[in-house]
Amino acid sequence: MTTERLYLRRKWINRLTLGLSSIAAGVAIILLGLILGYTLVNGISYLNLGLLTNVAKPAGELGGGIRNEIIGTLILVGLASLLALPVGLMAGMFLSDFAKPRVAAAVRFAADVLAGVPSIVVGVFAYAIMVRPMHSYSALSAGVALAIIMIPIVARTTEESLRLVPNSMREAALALGITRWRAMLGVVVPGALTGIATGIMLAVARIAGETAPLIFTALGNNFGFQSLLKPIGALPLLIYTHALSPYQDQHQQAWAAAFLLVILVLGISLLVRWISRQRKTQ
Amino acid sequence: MKGENMIKSIVMADTPVNRSAKSLLQEETGKGILEVEDLSAWYSDFLCIRDINISIPARAITAVIGPSGCGKSTFIRCLNRLHEVSHGGRVTGRVLLDGKDIYASDVDPVVIRRRIGMVFQKPSPFPTMSIFDNVAAGLRLTRLWSRRRELEEVVEKSLRQAALWEEVKDKLDRSGASLSGGQQQRLCIARALAVQPEIVLMDEPCSALDPLATLKIEDLMRNLTEEYTIIIVTHNMQQAARVSDNTAFITIDDQGAGVLVEYGPTSQIFANPKDKRTEDYITGRFG
Repeated sequence: MTTERLYLRRKWINRLTLGLSSIAAGVAIILLGLILGYTLVNGISYLNLGLLTNVAKPAGELGGGIRNEIIGTLILVGLASLLALPVGLMAGMFLSDFAKPRVAAAVRFAADVLAGVPSIVVGVFAYAIMVRPMHSYSALSAGVALAIIMIPIVARTTEESLRLVPNSMREAALALGITRWRAMLGVVVPGALTGIATGIMLAVARIAGETAPLIFTALGNNFGFQSLLKPIGALPLLIYTHALSPYQDQHQQAWAAAFLLVILVLGISLLVRWISRQRKTQ
Repeated sequence: MKGENMIKSIVMADTPVNRSAKSLLQEETGKGILEVEDLSAWYSDFLCIRDINISIPARAITAVIGPSGCGKSTFIRCLNRLHEVSHGGRVTGRVLLDGKDIYASDVDPVVIRRRIGMVFQKPSPFPTMSIFDNVAAGLRLTRLWSRRRELEEVVEKSLRQAALWEEVKDKLDRSGASLSGGQQQRLCIARALAVQPEIVLMDEPCSALDPLATLKIEDLMRNLTEEYTIIIVTHNMQQAARVSDNTAFITIDDQGAGVLVEYGPTSQIFANPKDKRTEDYITGRFG
């Protein structure tokens, strides 16, 4: 019977595609496992309290720590969030509730393109508009570069979360004689808060590990934080410079810093998962 | 039950207390609190309701009945300017509230919605808010700042009016979503009453509720007519007959738009409808 043969054929095609996609998924997981395992094995042995609390020593001298770079990364992430969150959150609200469909489509497209721009291009852009005119590499310019990367992520995740809030909530609020902005802030945003927080965390995790934009803006600084208008060190920069240095000791510090950064990003991702699970069980 | 209501409304109409309570304008002109003139509503290019003229009396219950998709809901959403919030929503004609057109260019829809509240088909308490906050939301979010004492008074009064106070007075800080469906709907009624509207629109408020909860809400509506004007959309004809003073029957014309067929005292609409279409609908031959 032909139907029998067709059935067998379908069954084998099904098995084949299932097998192929399983292999693809396996490759992705193995790669992730290798990266995590490799940084873990190489990094954890050099990680100690001294490394976290001491400042750097001149190249070639043994010892020294990465305290300044940890603080630098925190400052840069904080600065970028300060600049990006107001813009990103407002843009998300605009997209989901206030923009006319055509305008929204255009803005959404622009945000998606911006999110796809290679981070090194963003770095060059910040270099051109801030570092060159101000004649100095600076923490501020790095903050701006990271904020530019952050804005579209925050805007789009905020928009998506706000859209998930049922329209009936908006109408119920409007029917009470509440203005659209008060309804947004008092009813819709609280309903989307976990989703918005998730988006912010993801954006933070993304920019915490960015290196390319920092090369053109933060530059790196061996003396710790001096001013927002002076160069500043950061973990990704330290990994980049130390990994290329001829000194064994600096290689080890780079591994430890890489491990720290991976743990930071992994930690944020786990936090995000935990938050979104809270939302589901709510 | 209907008979009782009829007697009650006849008796009450002659008591001086009730007379003084009615709006002055209505006494003088014999006009309703809401006068709808040539109201048409569109969704983009689709004409949804056509040329509706109706006069809604104050402190009474007006039921709007008709087959599914005839534009009943759209009609009452035009009365508090909520239709224009929907995508492509557009309205022509006039709706006079106490003689003033709510669609006049100098009228802020937000102010209209404070005077004309609404209860929706699906109970829609704000899920992130407690019971207390739900009822207080209308006041809190229309002002910069409110005194806690005042909020407490308004919340208690509104919950009492909505016959929910006794059931929730010990758990005001619990989530509004933790209540049963019927309680949630009464919570939404309390929330609407808290901003002290003159008119309450109800869009099939009982269609998601069981018969007991429905009965509770119907009793509640009767009590509310002492202070409020109620317009209720329902596809339950028994409900319209039980609860309303006047009934409007809307149906779809041959172009798919909703038109008002007949409007009058509920007893007359149900006992001897003038229009053949009303009769067919009420006797269950259609819709």
